[in-house]
Amino acid sequence: MNNKKLINYVQDLGALIALILLIVVISIISPEFRTVGNFLSLLRQSSINGLIAFGMTFVILTGGIDLSVGSVLALSTALCAKFIANGMPVGLAILLALIIGTGFGLISGVLITKGRLQPFIATLITMTVFRGATMIFMDGKPISNLGDSFLLKFIGKGSIFGIPVPVILFIAIFVLFIFILEKTVFGRRIYATGSNWKSAKLSGVNIDKTKLAAYAISGCMAALAGLILLSRLGSAQPTLGSGYELDAIAAVALGGTSMNGGRGRIWGTFVGVLIIAVLNNGLNILGVSSYYQDVVKGVVILIAVLSDRKR
Amino acid sequence: MQIEMRGINKAFGGNKVLKNAGFLLDNGEVHALVGENGAGKSTLMKILTGVYTRDEGTVIVDGKEVCYKNPKEAENAGIVFIHQELNVLFDLTVEENMFMGKEITNKFGVCDKKSMRDEAKKVLDRLGVNINPSTRMDRLSVGQQQMIEIAKALMIDAKVIIMDEPTAALTQNETKVLFQIIRNLREKGVSIIYISHRMEEIFELCDSITVLRDGEYIATKKITDTDMNDLVKMMIGREIGERYPERNAKIGAVVFEVKDFNCPGVFNNISFQVRAGEVLGVSGLMGAGRTEIMKAIFGDMPNVTGKVFIDGMEIVNKNPRDAMKNGIGFITEDRKSEGLMLEDSIMKNISIANLGRISKNGVLMKKTEDDLVKEAIEELHIKCFGPSHECNKLSGGNQQKVVFAKWIDTDPKVLILDEPTRGVDIGAKKDIYNIINKLAATGVAIIMVSSELPEVLGMSDRIMVVREGKITGILPKEKANQENIMTLATGGKLNE
Repeated sequence: MNNKKLINYVQDLGALIALILLIVVISIISPEFRTVGNFLSLLRQSSINGLIAFGMTFVILTGGIDLSVGSVLALSTALCAKFIANGMPVGLAILLALIIGTGFGLISGVLITKGRLQPFIATLITMTVFRGATMIFMDGKPISNLGDSFLLKFIGKGSIFGIPVPVILFIAIFVLFIFILEKTVFGRRIYATGSNWKSAKLSGVNIDKTKLAAYAISGCMAALAGLILLSRLGSAQPTLGSGYELDAIAAVALGGTSMNGGRGRIWGTFVGVLIIAVLNNGLNILGVSSYYQDVVKGVVILIAVLSDRKR
Repeated sequence: MQIEMRGINKAFGGNKVLKNAGFLLDNGEVHALVGENGAGKSTLMKILTGVYTRDEGTVIVDGKEVCYKNPKEAENAGIVFIHQELNVLFDLTVEENMFMGKEITNKFGVCDKKSMRDEAKKVLDRLGVNINPSTRMDRLSVGQQQMIEIAKALMIDAKVIIMDEPTAALTQNETKVLFQIIRNLREKGVSIIYISHRMEEIFELCDSITVLRDGEYIATKKITDTDMNDLVKMMIGREIGERYPERNAKIGAVVFEVKDFNCPGVFNNISFQVRAGEVLGVSGLMGAGRTEIMKAIFGDMPNVTGKVFIDGMEIVNKNPRDAMKNGIGFITEDRKSEGLMLEDSIMKNISIANLGRISKNGVLMKKTEDDLVKEAIEELHIKCFGPSHECNKLSGGNQQKVVFAKWIDTDPKVLILDEPTRGVDIGAKKDIYNIINKLAATGVAIIMVSSELPEVLGMSDRIMVVREGKITGILPKEKANQENIMTLATGGKLNE
């Protein structure tokens, strides 16, 4: 029995152990990798995927999936950039971008709950439409005359006590979401919806509302990630964020969250995000070609998911 | 075919499921295998048919020791297991299902549909069931699907058919047909191993009976040498006394009323009342609309018109949330798909219907939750390691107790029970009856839908009979007996 518990425990921590192993191995090979500066930039790089993956975790816990995050990121960022370029106060533009991102998430949610579409199909639709809308809106060209706002620069490039602001946002949302999922009624409803929606519904859970909220959170996180990118790049690009949904889903899967919903944890996603970031960063530093990087990433995800299934 | 299983041991992990279990089957007999849930019946049969391998023991078939490596080998030897969860593909036709894995093909490897259809028709005729082989499986009733499973067994010339709870989802009529088929098979020398919880059926159908308890062989008897009490004693290892505990709840004022409930094509003109402390039994054949009426009351059914009153006040239940707010609880017939989140803990399952009670401003209060759940576990005698015990690792009876705990904690004024003891073993059944009576004694109005007539008769103060979506009668206790209920359920008239 004790042995079994130990095994379970190790499997629970499987992703974490993999992360530590990766860090140790790459650190031994590469002196460049094992610097404080590199770790901070690694964390900063991972904050974009991290925020999106946190939102994605809510959606996947309800038994859904959100393919639209990359497009939501692009469109909300484009709108924000346009607002700023047109002279709107930066604070207001940022707030609006977050609200708009939330709204885009809600649109996916409505298609799923009221329109009774499969989450995969619904968000495939919103992904396509929002990407197209971004192209139309920007006429395929970047928006870059964003002025010289401190606030805008602060989000992506600023730091507090030497810690980059994106990292602070990343950690803050991490802690907030742990609290929401573990300690609140809403969190319980998220899990219950994914675990057995029929039972949850008959126990008085408003399934539709819970799902809507999950997609709204996902949309909002995509928009927030977009703002960090906007700040760092200094311009909005029509192709911004394309393919980001896949990294986010990969991080959630790596973190042990069940794709069927009902089971999983934010800290797992956190570890998953870091694994992907360490792989990206480490393989870059080691000079591995980007073609090979994708293959390595795929293999790591495969191993993680297989070890998860044995439970 | 004669089968002898001796000294069978089997453990999963450290958990000994079978300890010196055994079984003896003779030619052409219907042999019941009984025991409480978890007694090891299914495991023993899975060892016989090669789903599991035994740790120790011997299995002798027709004088030869055997050890089937997989169900296919057992099937080739003529032993077929029809599981409780039917093994059918709903999107395929009857004939496609029947020939799955053994399709008749021409020399190019292309399916010969005509031969298969003819062959399927032949087998179905032999069974005496009138089903078109090209019907899609999901168009058939559960009873008919079961016939197809039996037909599949006949196709491979089975000598022994194991049936696990075959009547659990059948109507009375379908059960009759099934029994006739089983008797015909017996005439032809096929043996049946019949696993069931329904004592009445066993005494009606079977020739002999083997009892298992806690994984151990207890006894084998001719059916004529035993009776219900004896059997129950062997199963649970003690006497349980009366099957239905005495009721002494005081019946009070009308708490709940349904008026002119209609749902086109499902039920109509449903009106009835339930009083505080009363248990209203609801009887009727499968498909009579009983479950649908209950779902409608609970706000989980579209297109319903009519009125519902609680304590004389009209209420509107647009969805289950409204119904709960209005003081209604609903224990559904399908514990696994609707009652529980099986992969979650007892705690999460009880909490989900009581989130308001265990939270403040949307934040869960851990201590309150812990106390609530621990109290429920103690109160209802749920056998478990503790609040974090996963529900799918509980026995059926304990799972059902978790469902009861969840609803009792919502303090309902009206509690609807749909098949409250389905898949629950005899010992736990009595616990559940006690829970129901205790609730009634606190003034809860209880509506109990059940397909088990003895249960309805033993537990109810009045019995409402539903037939084809209409109430055909509400019998007071004095007039309630099996005959009267069946008469009303099948469309007959009672002679005054």
